[in-house]
Amino acid sequence: MLLFAKMLRVGLVSVPIGPPAPGEEDVVHLVREVDAESRRLFGRALAIREVDAGSCNGCEIEIAGLTGPVYDSERFGIHFVASPRHADLLLVTGPVTRNMEVPLRKTYEATPAPKLVVAVGDCARTCGVFQGSYAVVGSVDRVVPVDVFVDGCPPEPAQILRGILTALRRPLRA
Amino acid sequence: MSAASGYALALGQALLCLALAPGLIGLIRWLKARMQNRRGAPVWQPYLELRKLLAKETVVSTNASWLFRFAPYVVFTSTLGVVLLLPVLAVPLPLGAAGDLLVAVYLLLLGTFFLALAGLDPGSPFGGMGSSREMTVAALAEPTIAVAMFALALGAGSTNLGEIVARAMARPAEAVSPGYLLAFTALFIVTLAETGRLPVDNPATHLELTMIHEAMVLEYSGRYLALVEWAAALKLLVFFTLMANLFVPWGVAVQLGAGALLLATLTYVAKLAALAAVVAVFETRMAKLRLFRVPELLSVSFVLALLAITASFLSR
Amino acid sequence: MAATLLAVMVGAYGAGAAAALLGGGHPAGRALSTAGAVAGAGAGLLLGSQVLAGGPVWTFAAPDVVGLAGGILLRLDALGAFFLVLVGMVAAPAALYGVGYSTQYAGRYSLRGLGAALNLFLLATSLVPLADNVVTFLLAWEGMSLASYFLVLTDHDEPETVGAGNWYLGMTQVGLAFLLAAFLGLGAAAPSLDFADLRVAAAGSTGAARGAVFALALVGFGSKAGLIPLHVWLPRAHPAAPSHVSALMSGVMIKLGVYGLLRVGLDLLGGGPPWWGVLLIVLGAGSAVLGVLYALMEDDIKRLLAYSSVENVGMIILGVGAGFLFQALAMPGPAALALAAALYHTLNHAAFKGLLFLAAGSVLHATGTRNMNRHGGLIRRLPWTGPCFLLGAVAIAGLPPLNGFFSEWLLFQSLLPGIGVSSPVVAVLMVLALGMLALTAGLAASAFAKAFGITFLALPRSAGAAEAHESPLSMRVGMVGLAAACVGLALGALPVLATTGAVAAGLLGPSAEPPTFALGLSFRTPAGLARMSPAAVIVGLVGGVALTWLVVRALASRRPLRFADTWGCGRVGQSPRMEYTATAYAEPLRRVFSAVYRPTEDVTVDHHPESRYFVQSIAYRASILPWFERYLYEPLLAWVARGGRRALALQSGSVHAYLAYVVGALVILLGVLMVTGAP
Repeated sequence: MLLFAKMLRVGLVSVPIGPPAPGEEDVVHLVREVDAESRRLFGRALAIREVDAGSCNGCEIEIAGLTGPVYDSERFGIHFVASPRHADLLLVTGPVTRNMEVPLRKTYEATPAPKLVVAVGDCARTCGVFQGSYAVVGSVDRVVPVDVFVDGCPPEPAQILRGILTALRRPLRA
Repeated sequence: MSAASGYALALGQALLCLALAPGLIGLIRWLKARMQNRRGAPVWQPYLELRKLLAKETVVSTNASWLFRFAPYVVFTSTLGVVLLLPVLAVPLPLGAAGDLLVAVYLLLLGTFFLALAGLDPGSPFGGMGSSREMTVAALAEPTIAVAMFALALGAGSTNLGEIVARAMARPAEAVSPGYLLAFTALFIVTLAETGRLPVDNPATHLELTMIHEAMVLEYSGRYLALVEWAAALKLLVFFTLMANLFVPWGVAVQLGAGALLLATLTYVAKLAALAAVVAVFETRMAKLRLFRVPELLSVSFVLALLAITASFLSR
Repeated sequence: MAATLLAVMVGAYGAGAAAALLGGGHPAGRALSTAGAVAGAGAGLLLGSQVLAGGPVWTFAAPDVVGLAGGILLRLDALGAFFLVLVGMVAAPAALYGVGYSTQYAGRYSLRGLGAALNLFLLATSLVPLADNVVTFLLAWEGMSLASYFLVLTDHDEPETVGAGNWYLGMTQVGLAFLLAAFLGLGAAAPSLDFADLRVAAAGSTGAARGAVFALALVGFGSKAGLIPLHVWLPRAHPAAPSHVSALMSGVMIKLGVYGLLRVGLDLLGGGPPWWGVLLIVLGAGSAVLGVLYALMEDDIKRLLAYSSVENVGMIILGVGAGFLFQALAMPGPAALALAAALYHTLNHAAFKGLLFLAAGSVLHATGTRNMNRHGGLIRRLPWTGPCFLLGAVAIAGLPPLNGFFSEWLLFQSLLPGIGVSSPVVAVLMVLALGMLALTAGLAASAFAKAFGITFLALPRSAGAAEAHESPLSMRVGMVGLAAACVGLALGALPVLATTGAVAAGLLGPSAEPPTFALGLSFRTPAGLARMSPAAVIVGLVGGVALTWLVVRALASRRPLRFADTWGCGRVGQSPRMEYTATAYAEPLRRVFSAVYRPTEDVTVDHHPESRYFVQSIAYRASILPWFERYLYEPLLAWVARGGRRALALQSGSVHAYLAYVVGALVILLGVLMVTGAP
């Protein structure tokens, strides 16, 4: 009973995801325009499969916050799925390590078309602090075609959501 | 009622249930979201997901055989077949001569059987694991469903679902008799087990080693996934309808008037919403049981069902 | 007409046996032998159908043959005709199947013996339902047992076959001893050993005497049927025999145990007090649950099917017991329904178990092993066997729209009136029986999901499975024939039920009204408890699947289907070792029912000689406790052996001692005769 009293007292805590603050416009890089059919299809119902291609898990912690009460990705129709066969969008983190190159490619092949890829974090675009390491293959778009890059080490959950929503041309309301 | 209006009613009920099933899942998810202090997706989100899935490409494993592609149709059709035999809006049932509660129980088992085979077909260990666990849970839930339903049938003098509803409406005091209450509890536990809700199985988990139902559908995509997900939603609707209309039947129409049917539809939706709220609260409050504690839970439900039928027998 | 058909049947089987013995080394001789078996089966089928369709009961007497014991007396009534039809239905496809199957024995074992024994077995099996006096019955019964013993021993180079044969022979002879005692008990007060006279004599005997006869007959027929605890020969003999013989033994021969129980219990003894029915229900429910529990744990596909036969016989005996019980409680309507349900399930089980054994034999023929852990992926390499086995598996799991579902539905419905009885013991028993029947249904679905899924789906787990080839035409014809029988029994559920209802009513005597199954689209059980329409279920399911397919095709995306690797979390390749095994599939249920199984596990890890961190091999052994063998049969056999060793003391080797034994026996016999005053 105390639990329900607390639920009622706390109320809804989700923050709105608005346009980027001044100075943060170039955190989200749209590599290519997502075609109209995909935008229409995924606009209201998007299934995400998260792939950790060797990251330090900093980005994973931020992504985990996405499904929590504060950032609440579900209100945009976004939910996370267990299998790439169920997924529409791959959320890739980490500099692609040599051991994760083939699994990442296989995950991409396992996903049914049409599909999108959003690469999260500095490591995903430029290999971040691991640049030049012997264990790293390169940025994510060397392995799978990427649609959106979200910069940051790690990026905030709001930035990640903004990246996904921008790709789908969903409106960002403050 | 005449044959033509009977068939029209059956068709109407089937379409209503097909339409409501994803909404029921959406309602449960919305309620859980609100209990987690977040907005959550709108209640009609599963419809958008089904529409999207139908438009996606279908990917099939090279190791899978024709059974993998055939199974979703069998699962969907068998669950829809159960809907046709249920007392949804009106009694007597238009298709009551076609089957009774035993036919309904075995149709559900047919769907489970084919889904289990489809889990084994691609040859992945997750599918095999899900298949094995699902058949275990289904086998252990069978005696409970049968005995609990027979407890109701004993009181009504018939295993025809329409007559059980009619009898419960005729004798309101029965609804709070020990037999009915025990049978309801047993059926509720079995509902959670058979439809893969917490505490038996978490429908939203990503940990394959904790999955039962989800593990079997990991390989499905596109239209097959749409069929399997819809069938799972229909199965939940079937169990909710049984719990709602067999135990709290008031509102079910006894004649085919427009007003009676409208009232029946409204009360039906209200009962489903109430059950959805109960399940949502259970899922929020309880953690998932370890797999090998589930048989203990199911044997508790079996004992409750045995007590229900004994109580029904004694109070005859 | 009937006499002609009987002559054709006997003649065909005889000719088949002769052709096998004389020409069995040549394909033409074997073909003639098979033709004889098929013709005999067909004639039997026609003969039985003729009587069931309303033909008159006819008799045939040859009093000079074996005249000292009463002569040969044959009589075909509805019950016998039903079982004759059952024999013919399974025998024809099995004999055809045997043509292709037995080629693997050429050069190693005698095909003459196999063909001759098969024909003689079928002849004896066909004569058992026709027998109308004790000597004919026992001759046919023992002929059936001996012929099947030789058939079981076909593959006698395998050590386990010889052991299986020993168990089988022992159990059949013990059963025969009990049957002999039962019949002699019945016939003690009768003028002759004809069934007609036994019937009259039984009506006049005391309750205790009839109870004793029933108990003896139950042991004798129960051991043939495979009722627990007399079932131990079944899982040994059926896997060891050639597959078409297994199909015949499991589909036909064990049903004759049920026939015997019905003939002696209901026809000759005319039913009895409620404890007969209660005993049968308890044994039946126990066999059903234990049979399926043991079937679940098996990795050998034919042993799984054998234990499943124990389960189904349990279900049949459950229905028969309900029939006995309701008759004792003066409820003729429910009694007739229960018996009709049991008979329908008997026929169904013959069809789908025969089909399953033939399909399992096809798998064995293709892969060379019965171990399911070595199979896999066969659905693509065996495009005929796969769907046949799937059909059989769906039918035996009791799933709509096939025949197994209809007979299980009826079995449930036939138990329900028992809950309304005033006696609380009966009501509780019925409730428990219902619960156990439902548990059996669920577990059977699991067992056959395992049997079909592990054997046929996913990737091949061994070279034998990877190189499997489909069976020759004769084997395929046999399998498809029985598959068609299953579908036919489902589509024709109502006419078949009307027939079994008439047979059941005939058994229960003139007071029973036959359960009214109107030949419409649906039927209503007596007491109006339930209604079901087989046609609606079949049409609904088949039509529904087709309709769904059309609608989805219209609504779904136009993108073509894409084939890709199985999703394995991105691993590089997939090997058959990653798939679930048969042992693993049933492991959760092994844990749940560990009180019944008492499982033991043994894991041995072999390390590389140079380092403990490198594992060379792991051996895993799992076993379950064989309750009946360990706690019933081994003590019994040990006691018999001990008794035998003690009796050895009598064998002194001295002629004087033996002469003294003879004189002593004569003196005692004369004394007994003097005391009892016999002439």
